[in-house]
Amino acid sequence: MNRWLLLLVAMLYLVSLAVGPAWWPWRLGTEVGWAIVWELRLPRATLGLLIGGVLGLSGAVLQGWLRNPLAEPGVIGVSACAGFAAVCAFYSGLAAAFALALPLAGIAGAAIAVALLMGAVRSGTGTVSLLLMGVAINAIAAALISLVLALSPNPFAYQEISLWLAGSIVDRDLRYLAIAAPFMILGATIVLGAGRWLDALSLGEDTARSLGADTRSLGLHLTLGVGLMVGAATSVAGIVGFVGLIAPHLVRGRVGFRPGATLLPSMLAGAALVLGADIAVRLLPTASELQLGVFTSLVGAPFLVRAVRKAHAAWLAT
Amino acid sequence: MTTTGSTISVRGLVSRRDHAVVLDRIDLAFDAGQVTAIVGPNGAGKTTLLRHLAGLDTPSAGQVELRGQLLASLGPAIRAWSIAYLPQAASAYWPLRARDLVALGRLPHGADLSRPLKAQDAQAIQHALERVDGVALADRPIDTMSQGERARMMMARALATEAAVFLADEPVASLDPAYALETMTILRAEAARGACVIVVLHDLGLAARFADRIVVLASNKVAADGPPSVALAAGVIESAYGVTFRHLTVDGIPQPVAWER
Repeated sequence: MNRWLLLLVAMLYLVSLAVGPAWWPWRLGTEVGWAIVWELRLPRATLGLLIGGVLGLSGAVLQGWLRNPLAEPGVIGVSACAGFAAVCAFYSGLAAAFALALPLAGIAGAAIAVALLMGAVRSGTGTVSLLLMGVAINAIAAALISLVLALSPNPFAYQEISLWLAGSIVDRDLRYLAIAAPFMILGATIVLGAGRWLDALSLGEDTARSLGADTRSLGLHLTLGVGLMVGAATSVAGIVGFVGLIAPHLVRGRVGFRPGATLLPSMLAGAALVLGADIAVRLLPTASELQLGVFTSLVGAPFLVRAVRKAHAAWLAT
Repeated sequence: MTTTGSTISVRGLVSRRDHAVVLDRIDLAFDAGQVTAIVGPNGAGKTTLLRHLAGLDTPSAGQVELRGQLLASLGPAIRAWSIAYLPQAASAYWPLRARDLVALGRLPHGADLSRPLKAQDAQAIQHALERVDGVALADRPIDTMSQGERARMMMARALATEAAVFLADEPVASLDPAYALETMTILRAEAARGACVIVVLHDLGLAARFADRIVVLASNKVAADGPPSVALAAGVIESAYGVTFRHLTVDGIPQPVAWER
């Protein structure tokens, strides 16, 4: 399956380079044509590839770690918390003062949300406490974003930021790619090695520990990894929801529900989903281009409803 | 009491949870090749004792030793390799295939489910499945199984580790009489293999038949410790459980039956 997914991602990446107001820009053969490829299409397609990949991977990691098929960075507030931190960096002027402030703030926000969620799962009753904690984090982040915007001296702040938060990778140049990509790749490297222990966690935390899992250090690694990935992704692209929910669901059945074996295919599926969605918003005949995050939510939210209804009551109750 | 020579032991073990004392200065040593049953009323601290033996809880005072070495000082990898732990009402959060579930028991030996298994691991998994009579179920997802079938797969998972210490917390709770007997036979076979088997049981009759030694926990202390005929004596269990028992003897084995409050 991984081979087919890789092929699909490669194809979508090439299509993403080709599609837009100017089709096949490299065929123009002119300097302008190549400028379009290098300065517009390449960063956009690469960001789509990386962001999709890390969102799909984060979804698979969170679902395996929290032992819950509904865990997803957007649904349970990780993206929102990263978004809030990024908004703070924007309007405090920190982001303008030094370029790394934006991804670093996003990473810190995401890591805080993940740590809060893990606390809720440890002390609570599975799905219910996880989702309620997610609702709470989402609500707090949204309220704090509004507060920061109200305090901002910039009268257009609200419009600007709601568009940004809706999630998009339009007009992100190579600089965005350069500040976010290393963090995303680092985060992915950290979590991809955790597959064995995610498998062990299928049996619950105690049994996983009896099988040799060091759950404390695993928790730190995964919090850091997911924080790096979702924080960096959110700080350049806003909130692109539901990718982390859909991607693991698409591949899980094919790997016999093993959480560790879900990681890599879920990463590839996530990349394919975001590349595909980003191509779709360019092709849709809307007056102004639809936001990527809006599109993934339109497609993804019904998917969540379906997942909730189809999920085995027994596997959700725990 | 001497602890040298025993496989796993606790000395002066005190366990507190939110200021309440769950285990109060427990001294016990367990030997290889024996089945020890831990019995006692609900809340006596049986599960807590097992968790301390598995290294899952940290003692408030006292210590747990594995072959004379402090359990807390051993790394998680060595601990996992030496001690298999089957929790009460074990379950899985994903509908794994039975064979994958059992393969998790090989993680302490370095197995990785995402890579091809080593011959030794594959053999241990197959052997564990055979022992629980589960080869026919091996390729089925566990959510399609009955509770009893799932319990057997969980047992196979713990057996696959082939550890020196085997801890099981009420492994027969959801099993019908046939599989309950078979489970106890498997535990006996583990002891015969040389493992130190410690099992929490509620069924005193099964404990009397299959255990070499019975430890009665009551009010967070060891109330009795010895062979079934000693540990299940009328005076001991009646005060431990606070009920009266009828004492039958079948084939020379005591079979106490709880009778009246």
